[in-house]
Amino acid sequence: MANLIELNKVSKIYGTQVQTKVLHEIDLEIEEGSFNGIIGASGSGKSTLLNIIGTLDQPTSGIIKINNIETHLMRNKALAKLRNETIGFVFQFHYLLPEFTALENVLMPYYIKGKKIDKHMNERAQELLELVGLTKVMNNLAGNMSGGQQQRTAIARALINNPKLILADEPTGNLDSETTEQVYELLREIHRDYKTTFVIITHDRRIAEKTDRIIEIKDGRIFSDFSKI
Amino acid sequence: MKLSFRIALRFLFSSKGQTLLILLGIAIGISVQIFIGSLIQGLQSSLLDATIGSSPHITIKAVEKNEPLNHPETIINTVKKDEQLVALSSSITTGAFLRVDDRTEQILVRGFNYSDANKIYKFNDKLIEGQLPLQENDIIIGKALAESFKLKIGDEVDIQSVNGHIIKGNITGLFDLKVAAINESWVLSSIDFSRQISDYSADQISEIEMQVIEPFDADLIAIELSKLINQNEISTVDWKTENQQLLSGLNGQSTSSLMIQVFVVISVVLAIASVLAISVMQKSRQLGILKAMGINDTMASYIFLSQGFILGVIGAILGILFGLGLLYSFTTFALNPDGTPVVPILINPGFILLSGVIAMSASTLASLIPALKSKKLSPMEVIKNG
Repeated sequence: MANLIELNKVSKIYGTQVQTKVLHEIDLEIEEGSFNGIIGASGSGKSTLLNIIGTLDQPTSGIIKINNIETHLMRNKALAKLRNETIGFVFQFHYLLPEFTALENVLMPYYIKGKKIDKHMNERAQELLELVGLTKVMNNLAGNMSGGQQQRTAIARALINNPKLILADEPTGNLDSETTEQVYELLREIHRDYKTTFVIITHDRRIAEKTDRIIEIKDGRIFSDFSKI
Repeated sequence: MKLSFRIALRFLFSSKGQTLLILLGIAIGISVQIFIGSLIQGLQSSLLDATIGSSPHITIKAVEKNEPLNHPETIINTVKKDEQLVALSSSITTGAFLRVDDRTEQILVRGFNYSDANKIYKFNDKLIEGQLPLQENDIIIGKALAESFKLKIGDEVDIQSVNGHIIKGNITGLFDLKVAAINESWVLSSIDFSRQISDYSADQISEIEMQVIEPFDADLIAIELSKLINQNEISTVDWKTENQQLLSGLNGQSTSSLMIQVFVVISVVLAIASVLAISVMQKSRQLGILKAMGINDTMASYIFLSQGFILGVIGAILGILFGLGLLYSFTTFALNPDGTPVVPILINPGFILLSGVIAMSASTLASLIPALKSKKLSPMEVIKNG
């Protein structure tokens, strides 16, 4: 399989007067259609790495290629389009728009794409909500839903544009163990059905062990990289 | 653009209290602007009407004082070609004496053709008793003059010309032109009566008076007319040249009204800009999420521009309604003892529409600052700070 993501000597330094180097010349390749876990202690730089891969943050030095395109050469508008069409995000704090219903939140990336919502698209959004088990609450405002429901809505939202890549930062960080299990099963199912590439951050080793490749980050460097396949 | 508008609408609906407060701010600002504007316009127009509504805007007469205009027909034919003209009256005005018993008083006899002169002077409305002169020797006199000489309708009086000959006049009516000096000295007659007193020949008159559609252009029209007439011995006089003080007063009033309106609009703009700027802060989390999902900077700024526009449109409509309500209550409840409004108010639909358009553009403009601010917001700030 070809590489979907390539990182070449990527470093990130925060601060101008007091400089903190969070990532140290990271080289990493992620294959298309793979299911990857990133683990590491809090403050190890794993979230920064994920945000840089997702083009939400810029590296201080180094090159990132997504789909063989160097992202630092892209303008803001092109980056926004890339995020919208190629990447789906699932954050720890779900980040839904509380003013919109679950269904509208799921459809939002599609709206942003500038497409009209037809019957087919509406059905697809409902299918995704069914997949995450939220058919009953799909017309509730996101602000009125429980944490687990919001997280599952965020997953459905990440899938609506059929992205090649899903980046998830502690997607189950706020959920109980039973729901955590359900969410992972769901992500696995999606990976199986849609061949979507996953990069999931977790601090939970048990969860990480369910992925096909575990990348461990320590003090801003790749400490270990272990592939089961 | 459509999505930005939809998001803007949803944001506004989700914080109803805040939205209502901004709307109220815009509406009150605009209603005050409409109210003050209409009040000043009403004041000006009533003042203008009182000053020049019943008097000539342009007068054509001989350059030399007390000299007649010869062959007025040629001049009248030339003047009548002007499209601005609404009324034209020729008259003979001459000084004379009123003699009753052994008392003599200096008067001014003004002879008119009343069907023409009424269009300018509205004598019908000024007549407090009797009727306008119908016969050659009929005259009407001012209220004060009648009181001073104890004269009444039906009395016959002697009018003596400066040359000494006496003509008898029958009083058929009393007028009140609301100016003491005129009420004390004017005697209005037919044009033939004043011709006899002035000794003018059949093709001589004293002056041609006229009103024009746009009184404020009277000075320009007067210049144009004198060019058209092209005679050295006649002069054209306009009301503006003769009422400089009134004009500067009116100008001062317009300027101060404009200043008030400008400051009201500025305060409305500042209020909207500050509230929308706060709303960017409030919605920064949502903006960050939208940006992470791929909304571009232009779309993000459109959200706030749309908010400004929506607030402007609704605020303008509310403001116009409030303004009209304010005007209505002012004209209904603030009345003189005779039932007329204390201040006559002019409702000018064009001005009200303009105020509405100003409100809309001002609030869209005010949303420019938060729109630019939202452009700069990075999704990382939201993700890092939760």
